[in-house]
Order: sequence, then structure tokens, then C-alpha cells
Amino acid sequence: MGEEVSNINSILAVITAKKNKEKVSGGVPIFLVDDEDELEQVSMLLARLTLGMVHDLGNGVKIIIKH
Amino acid sequence: MFKYGDLLIVSILVGSLARAFMLRIDYRQFPSFPHSYAIHLTLGMIASTLGALFVPVLLEEEYIAVTFLTIGAQQFREVRNLERESLLKIEETELVPRGSAYVEGIAKLFEARNYLALLTALVTSLIYYYLNWVWAIAGGAIVGYALHFMMKGPQVADIATVEIVPITFKGKNIGIDDVIMMNVGEKEAWERWHKEGIGIKVIPKDEDARATLANLGQRQAIVHDLSILMGVKLDTGMQQFTPLARLNLDSGTLNIIIIPQEPDKEFIKRAIEKIPVLESSERKPLKSKMGRKAAD
Repeated sequence: MGEEVSNINSILAVITAKKNKEKVSGGVPIFLVDDEDELEQVSMLLARLTLGMVHDLGNGVKIIIKH
Repeated sequence: MFKYGDLLIVSILVGSLARAFMLRIDYRQFPSFPHSYAIHLTLGMIASTLGALFVPVLLEEEYIAVTFLTIGAQQFREVRNLERESLLKIEETELVPRGSAYVEGIAKLFEARNYLALLTALVTSLIYYYLNWVWAIAGGAIVGYALHFMMKGPQVADIATVEIVPITFKGKNIGIDDVIMMNVGEKEAWERWHKEGIGIKVIPKDEDARATLANLGQRQAIVHDLSILMGVKLDTGMQQFTPLARLNLDSGTLNIIIIPQEPDKEFIKRAIEKIPVLESSERKPLKSKMGRKAAD
């Protein structure tokens, strides 16, 4: 009891365009967006809200990790 | 005046002044609240009193009283714990933490300086007993200064050369030369790194320096001090602007990326050169035969 659960260095959210739907799945919140602008906007907001950081996997998928 | 009064007053005074002198020099590493000054000046005075009492105690042949020195040592160890605890507590409030190695170094230093004050007072009282007060003050001052001088450790400039280099960008990955240090997925953050980011190479001079710079505590100390001295564009929840220090595994060069408030390259270089090498991080593989042979 009382042991703090830490989400440091684990993936908090995954953001990608709808066309990349095949590339993502799993137990993490996944946000599907329409275009590049929305991708940028959503990932930035999620990073601010979770106090985390946006990483770009280079294949159109962005993830949020708190370090 | 009471017995040994002059001797005690002169020694306590010189010892306390020696402690005050060391406090003054220390401004950068010390969270300089007036209250901390009061604490350490008082403790320094207590230490000098212990040192000053040593000679009168021996003259009175009260040898058993020498045990008070051990009580003093016990007290000063407490000082180290006190400093460590308070620094670790405020660590959470630092944007760029000092790191536990740096905190330990500062705590150790504050313990040691009480012993230096004690030794200074002891030497002063000895000289006072054998000569007179003029020699005692002069001798005490010299001893205090010499002790302080001997405690000075090396700085980064002694073990490495510092170069300011541009950051390399490979897509969303940023770093220095071939070393990728951070993946920035946010456009705005990437643009800021591109515009204002500065890369620094700390190149070790030999194998000793290489092992020292590889120490995580030493790296954190460099990043912390640099952020204090040059400022850093960083806020809580803005992890994408955190300054980082990573090794080039092949050459042992320490690469640092930072977005400073003051992008003055010359002074960034000088600031890093002035950063102390931590006692607990210093490694000397070249002092061993194996290390020397392997380095050939």
C-alpha cells in the first residue's frame, strides 16, 4: 500500500492521423486527427496538460512521454 | 582579565574570522540567506572556541577534557546532515536540480570548514602561548588562508577544454555531431532549439578527465551551474527545453545542449571553465598501473 504509481518515462498518449490508423493500437489513449495542423495542435496541448513532452517517431505518429 | 582570557579571545576571533572569510568566497554555491550566514558564523565560532580551549586545557593538565573535541566532531557531522537535508529539500524547487553528488559535496564542505576554523584557532592559541598576540594573529591568518587554499579543488578548465559548437538537426532529432540527444516532436519547440539553442563540447584532456566527466553527478553539476550563471529558458512542464549533457561514447567528449537566456558565447565558455570538479566525481585511473598501460 501507499506505493506511488509513477508514469515517468512511459507513453501517456499516442496521436496520429486517421490514415495511419493501422500503425497504432494498444492500451494507451490514442488520438486520431484529420491533418497535420490538428496533429501539431493536439499533441502540443496534450503535452502541456500532462506536463510531458512530444516525441516524433518519424512515421507520422507522435507520442507523449513524461520524463 | 580571567586566566587565559587574552589567549582565548584572540584565538576565537581569528578562528571565527577565518570561517567568515570562507563563507564570503563561497557565494555562488551557497543559498545565501542571511539566516544561513548566521547559522554558519555561529557554528564557526563554536568550532574556534573548541580549538582555542585546547592549549589552556593542556596547561591545566585536564587531559580528560580533550574528549570535548570528539563531541565537537559529532556536532559538525550534524552540520553536514543539516546542509544535505535542506539542500535536498529545495532540490524539488529547482528547475535544473543540483544532483545528489553536488549536494553531498556542498554538505561535506560545510562540515570541513568548521574543522578548518577549529584548526586555525588551535594554531593561533599555540602561537600566542609561545610568542605573543601579534604573531598569533599573523600566524592564524596565514594558516587559515593556507588551509582554505589547500581545499580548493580543480575546475573544469583544469581537466578539459570547452568549445561552443552549433547544434546538429537530423529531422526531429537534435544533438551534437553524431550524438543524438533529444527528439523534439513539437514544431514550436524545434524552432526555438533551432533559433536559440547552443551546443557545448567539453573535451577531456586525458583519461582521468574522461572518467570524471562521465560521472552523472559531475554532468548534472555542470548543467546546474551553467543554468544558474547563464540563465535557461525553461519552465515547469516544458520538458522540451531541458538542458541535457550526454557523452560521445567514442571520444569521451561531454556534449551539452541548452537554450540560455544570455547567448553570449564567450561567457558561456568561461562559465563552464569555472565550474568546480566535484570531489566525489573525480576519478584517477591514470594513477594505477593498469590504467596507464591501458591508456597507451
